[in-house]
Amino acid sequence: MAVDTAHPAGAVASPGSSILPGALKDAFITGLIALGLLGPLVGFETVVIDGALGLAYRPLVVAIMVGIIFAGRLILNLTVWSPNRPPKAQAGPGPVARGMVAISPAFKPALFAFAIGFPFLAAAMTGGLNESRYLIDLGILILTYVMLGWGLNIVVGLAGLLDLGYVAFYAVGAYTYALLATSEPVNAFFASFLGETFWANWAFWFCLPAAGMFAGLWGMILGFPVLRLRGDYLAIVTLAFGEIIRLVLINWVDFTGGGAGIASIPRATFFGIPFTAGEDGFAALFGLEFNPMHRIVFLYFVILALALITAFTTVRLRRLPVGRAWEALREDEIACRSLGLNTTNVKLSAFATGAMFGGFAGCFFAVRAGFVSPESFTFDISAMILAIVVLGGMGSQIGVAVAAAVMMGGMEMLRNLGFLKQVFGEGFDPSLYRMLLFGFAMVAIMIWKPRGLVSSRDPTIYLKEKKAVSGSLVKEGHG
Amino acid sequence: MDVFVQQLINGLTLGSIYGLIAIGYTMVFGIIGMVNFAHGDVFMVSSFIALICFLLVTTVMGITSIFLALAIVLVVAMFFTSLTNWAIERVAYRPLRGSFRLAPMISAIGMSIFLANFVQVSQGPRNKPVPPMITDVIVIMERDGYQVTLAWKQIIIMVLTTVLLAGFWYLVQKTSLGRAQRAVEQDRKMAALLGINVDHTISLTFVIGAALAAVAGTMYLMYYGVANFADGFVPGVKAFTAAVLGGIGSLPGAVLGGLLIGLIEVFWSAYFSIEYKDVAAFSILAITLIFLPQGLLGRPEVEKV
Repeated sequence: MAVDTAHPAGAVASPGSSILPGALKDAFITGLIALGLLGPLVGFETVVIDGALGLAYRPLVVAIMVGIIFAGRLILNLTVWSPNRPPKAQAGPGPVARGMVAISPAFKPALFAFAIGFPFLAAAMTGGLNESRYLIDLGILILTYVMLGWGLNIVVGLAGLLDLGYVAFYAVGAYTYALLATSEPVNAFFASFLGETFWANWAFWFCLPAAGMFAGLWGMILGFPVLRLRGDYLAIVTLAFGEIIRLVLINWVDFTGGGAGIASIPRATFFGIPFTAGEDGFAALFGLEFNPMHRIVFLYFVILALALITAFTTVRLRRLPVGRAWEALREDEIACRSLGLNTTNVKLSAFATGAMFGGFAGCFFAVRAGFVSPESFTFDISAMILAIVVLGGMGSQIGVAVAAAVMMGGMEMLRNLGFLKQVFGEGFDPSLYRMLLFGFAMVAIMIWKPRGLVSSRDPTIYLKEKKAVSGSLVKEGHG
Repeated sequence: MDVFVQQLINGLTLGSIYGLIAIGYTMVFGIIGMVNFAHGDVFMVSSFIALICFLLVTTVMGITSIFLALAIVLVVAMFFTSLTNWAIERVAYRPLRGSFRLAPMISAIGMSIFLANFVQVSQGPRNKPVPPMITDVIVIMERDGYQVTLAWKQIIIMVLTTVLLAGFWYLVQKTSLGRAQRAVEQDRKMAALLGINVDHTISLTFVIGAALAAVAGTMYLMYYGVANFADGFVPGVKAFTAAVLGGIGSLPGAVLGGLLIGLIEVFWSAYFSIEYKDVAAFSILAITLIFLPQGLLGRPEVEKV
């Protein structure tokens, strides 16, 4: 536990006198608290031996962790938090911030170009399409979370509504596609006049808008009664809705297949042309050699396009009255109401728009995996998306994208770092620590930079000249 | 009728546990106006501390008297859980006082994820089964071979809850700490001007809430005989539902809400469907918040500019 983020209580010393005794005492107390916190849960491990519960002991791990906390606190007390240290003059933005400003106009186009060229770059780097599968799959995963992050950003970042059940709309989108695409009556209906393979080839392109609209509709149905509530109540109710939808998906076996889920969902096609090795497959029609990777690369571009549509729509919406109303609502709800805005409608539109993009992403998830089950739509996913939005800086598009890439890509990289296994032992699996780090990062960001990593936000409208508003000057989330 | 009485007993037992957790939610909400999302996970952590302490006491120290062991486990679990919650408040919530409104909530969500995964990493993801501790039952009535029983552990849970609540009521109503707490709840700035150490009072609120959650965690472990890292989330949400149903900020309301939620859950499982019992609890939460946001015993909230 990060006790060392708190400020020292005991290290008060008159200028000039030695600060060592106070610092030592403070570090000792911190170490003692850390021992109390870590001792029971880290020091003992409950293990099942021969059907009975027993204890394993790990005193060394506790000693190392407490030692690190003690030393860290002592060093901080003597350096950064030292009362003898001259106060640092605040002289404008630091070199890092100035550097960011200098490169920021080029940043977005560069990122965009990189995203477009990524599959080819990956293929060139790894020496062939088949070898690059891992990288492109990772790219798809990251882009899915970028899109989900941007979708949730509309609700949390722009309208200031904390939605803990975002995964529900992701699930609605995924199940809409899974159920429609595998539905026999629908297939039979189209087979009767458009040919046997029509529905299997076109299901994704018909269901994609349907999934988005359906999720948006659900957003309205769920949102309407609860949007009168204050912020933290709203968060809890959305959480409850997310869980209800997941539990219904598990228990309504006749309709959703229950916990086993729905398998063999039709694959994505190139606008009706399947990615098969046959005569009328994608490769044959375009005169290419057949390669199963074509489908993966195509999926990459589909999710890239979907994510960009999300971003573009958000940017445009912010310039419309409704987008301005969202931002105004986030800043001060009571002021909005006294200016005659119908806050329920404004909130509802944000909620439904966010839900719609969640539905698109869910539809894409179903077509990529070819399989859906309630396991994929747990609260952890909601929390992960929320963490991405929070870390990226609520309201900032580019911040959310960077946060998604760092969180998803960073964890994936950790998994492949061989030396970690040598340090922590063979059984070390970094993916177990992913949610731990996510939770910790959420707390740390809230304390250290409540506006997220990209914390200065341009106002959407301005008079005569554009001034960047520092995050700390904006007060938000009342109501 | 037999089934009804049996379920009534079970429901009151479960309701006592929920009530004890709900007090933690309602006190924190009352005093700093935030939903302490991590409280359910603090409860889960307490049941793991209780489990470890129980194993130490019985296998290593060799204490055979179950009641002595239970008493030691309770005290130890209360101490370490209080320390945990104190540290959480100090690290994750105190720096955020005066930040924007959603900040403590997001921090609490992060803390909740952190705690659940901390326990998963340190104790492993599997269920930890505890050998049944007190198995004696009292048969209250018997008809057509169906026995209505009152287990000793149910008696322990209900008696302990009642005693704790009486002590807790005394603490809040009659002592200077309780007075300070109520004053901070009403007006933090004025209380500070009148010489009440606000930070200290808020810390103590977290400590008390955690101690009650630790009792609930120990009872939960004894009653169900299993601990799991994911067991904080759903009981936490149910206890929060209890707090909201009773009127958040109201202490008798939390207990009343806890009992109601326990009864509803048990009767729902017995008479309707056990698969949808969590759906029932979540639906009650949504319905209460939508139609009766001030709860049964709460005061309606006035929004101030």
